[in-house]
Amino acid sequence: MLDDFFIRALIAGLGIAIVTGPLGCFVIWRRLSYFGDTLAHSALLGVTLAYTLEFNIAVSVFIISSLIALILIDLQKRTNLPGDALLGLLAHSSLAVGLVVIGFLTFIRFDIMGLLFGDILAVTTDDIFIIWIGGPLILIILKLIWKPLFASTVNYELAEAEGLNPDRAKAIFTILMAGIIAISIKMVGLLLITGMLIIPAAMARNISSSPQMMVIYSVIGGLLSVILGLLTSLEFNTASGPSIIAAALLLFILSLLKIKQSIKLKN
Amino acid sequence: MNLNQNILVKLKQAGLRINNKWLVKDVSLQIEKGKIVTLIGPNGSGKSTTAKIALGIYKKINGEAKKYTTKVGYVPQKISIDWTLPLRVSDFMVLTENLKEEAINDALSLTGVIHLKDKNLGDLSGGEFQRVLLARAISKKPELLVLDEPVQGVDFTGEIALYELIKKISDELNCGILLISHDLHTVMSATDHVVCLNGHVCCSGSPIEVAKNNEYKALFGEQASQILSRYEHRHDHIHTNEGKIKKN
Repeated sequence: MLDDFFIRALIAGLGIAIVTGPLGCFVIWRRLSYFGDTLAHSALLGVTLAYTLEFNIAVSVFIISSLIALILIDLQKRTNLPGDALLGLLAHSSLAVGLVVIGFLTFIRFDIMGLLFGDILAVTTDDIFIIWIGGPLILIILKLIWKPLFASTVNYELAEAEGLNPDRAKAIFTILMAGIIAISIKMVGLLLITGMLIIPAAMARNISSSPQMMVIYSVIGGLLSVILGLLTSLEFNTASGPSIIAAALLLFILSLLKIKQSIKLKN
Repeated sequence: MNLNQNILVKLKQAGLRINNKWLVKDVSLQIEKGKIVTLIGPNGSGKSTTAKIALGIYKKINGEAKKYTTKVGYVPQKISIDWTLPLRVSDFMVLTENLKEEAINDALSLTGVIHLKDKNLGDLSGGEFQRVLLARAISKKPELLVLDEPVQGVDFTGEIALYELIKKISDELNCGILLISHDLHTVMSATDHVVCLNGHVCCSGSPIEVAKNNEYKALFGEQASQILSRYEHRHDHIHTNEGKIKKN
């Protein structure tokens, strides 16, 4: 039952879940889910670029996503449009441009469904390599900027006043977001990456009473979702991304039972 | 150059203008080690803005603002913790600096909230939260303390105790304090230097000097005994748009 491709997918998926756990907590705390979506949508453009130039997908997606983040920051300064409108603008236009470019690339056969929803069969040894190098690197950097990032998440002015340089931490965090999207796109698919970030973290919030605890539960939730999701995917031949996200949703629903209890206890 | 080693913060005609509107203008003041400087003034007079300028929170200001220390403790006027962030008092205490357990306990005991250490911040009352904010700010033994209405919502006896504590901290740590307060009695009794703001500096000096000042009287009412009940605004000038001043 445990085929080679399945082992590869499992190793890759677990590597991703360890990183999406802590990053997902910050996505929830800082209300960045639409931002994550925007970066993920722009990843399609990165993928097409990678195919056209015969370049590594993860690197190309990382560059394009970082670029989109920079454009967003620039747009925020130039216009008075609200943040969500700008995010929607960038998300859908980059997705659209990506799809149009794919239309032109008739000489390459694209598995669009695989791009959108993930494909475990596509995970190669190289991908595992990138995930297990890039992932720990993201975690180390996150650990280094944890203090200023977390303090400014609680209160920006407090962090700034007490000399923690929150702007730099925020910029670095944005790059980390582009990084996780780049390494997880093949596995989870670009439409579902934000789900992988948010759902385990949301589940963790329901059962945590401190930030550290939430990060740990979020990682555990992500790992369980990957294992459950991939087993389902193997058994029923479903797409890997949706199966993982559905498993995460199941865990989230279970966590609601716990929160119901604690609300009852309070009343 | 900081010629005087005791100076922690120096504002020179500092001001902030956002969307062509002056929030505060032409503020000059300095905070020295071991001294308490208090900002008073009506709502919207630019007290919090001035404090934030002193802290270096704003990047684009007019005039000059220099901070000569990095050991800062700040109690903001308003802080809201989102439900999505599970945060206990003990987590909040180490928000900007890692502290030993002992330092955390000492600070929480000083402000009288040690029993709340493992509670969730969202479950605290307004007064309890204020005490935690103050404990966090003093726990890191800062050189500069900026307290924006630190006792709002604290009960009456607690208020007096906390002001005494602030005075004690200023002496013991020899730190400079920038205090924003509405309690004029406290301001007048425990402060070294008072700055009276109303979009600009109306008057400043020792509490006694300020109490005698006509602009102060105009701002806070004629009789010192009634200062607490009178916040009515009378001026020798009126404020037009953009903080411009027109003499009557």
